[in-house]
Amino acid sequence: MSSTGANLVPTETELIQCACQGDKEAFYCLVQPCERGVFTAAMSILNNAHDAEEVAQEAILKALTALPRFRGECKFSTWLIQITINEARLKLRRDRRHLYESLDEQQTDGEGEYFPRDFADWREIPSEQLQRMELRSALKRALDSLPPKYREVLILRDVQHLSIQETAQVLGVTEGNVKTRLLRARIQMRDALTPGIDGSWSTGKQEFEKVRPW
Amino acid sequence: MSVIEISCLEVWREISNYLDGEVDAELRARMEAHFKACAHCKAVVDGTRNVVKLVGDGFEYRVPEGFSKRLYAKIKGK
Repeated sequence: MSSTGANLVPTETELIQCACQGDKEAFYCLVQPCERGVFTAAMSILNNAHDAEEVAQEAILKALTALPRFRGECKFSTWLIQITINEARLKLRRDRRHLYESLDEQQTDGEGEYFPRDFADWREIPSEQLQRMELRSALKRALDSLPPKYREVLILRDVQHLSIQETAQVLGVTEGNVKTRLLRARIQMRDALTPGIDGSWSTGKQEFEKVRPW
Repeated sequence: MSVIEISCLEVWREISNYLDGEVDAELRARMEAHFKACAHCKAVVDGTRNVVKLVGDGFEYRVPEGFSKRLYAKIKGK
């Protein structure tokens, strides 16, 4: 692995060139900064750390094989996430066919309207009132309660900060689909996290639960 | 300047696009006039904005311990 210019840190393009010539150290340097993003993308679909690691690592190895075909039409990290999303979906089909089909069925529903469930005021972010772990746990439960197609869009957009266009690309859907799903995901998250009108905590047994602990 | 009124339903449809800056200036002005007059929609937009911020700032999946080491070994063994 070599580097040009005054900066001794090799560029992404240089790492890709070296990796294409069989330099595995270069490939590892290339993918290491993407580890969290790849793992998170796998989690957004599989929601299981063991499966997500297996898929994330498999996707990275596939990227090594496919790297000579990477044309730089999108960011390398976006390309890697796209491969991961595809691998995660394949794994779902392979391992949990009946479950996947039932999810697919759900996914054909409800692309239409979604109305907010309540109108409790929630202007201040209560981060000061919360321990970080409590917040993480509340967010995790709210995310877990989302239908998968909403969870994956929300994670790609709001956790990984992919653009609408990149999100559409990695999921293989239109930008309009991304916007619609994002709307529903965000409003369902709000409904799950907003305290009730009287500030009390309630658990409704719908497709998601109110999980906000404050 | 007066703006054409917009219904709550239309506001809800566009709340996410509004937060992402994906609505045009005219629609933005109509939505903002609506928020001034409608406490319910103001609560929805404020709460949804909080969700975007909380998820963006406060959420992460923890990569399992040893992930990087196992990945390195697999790459070297490929």
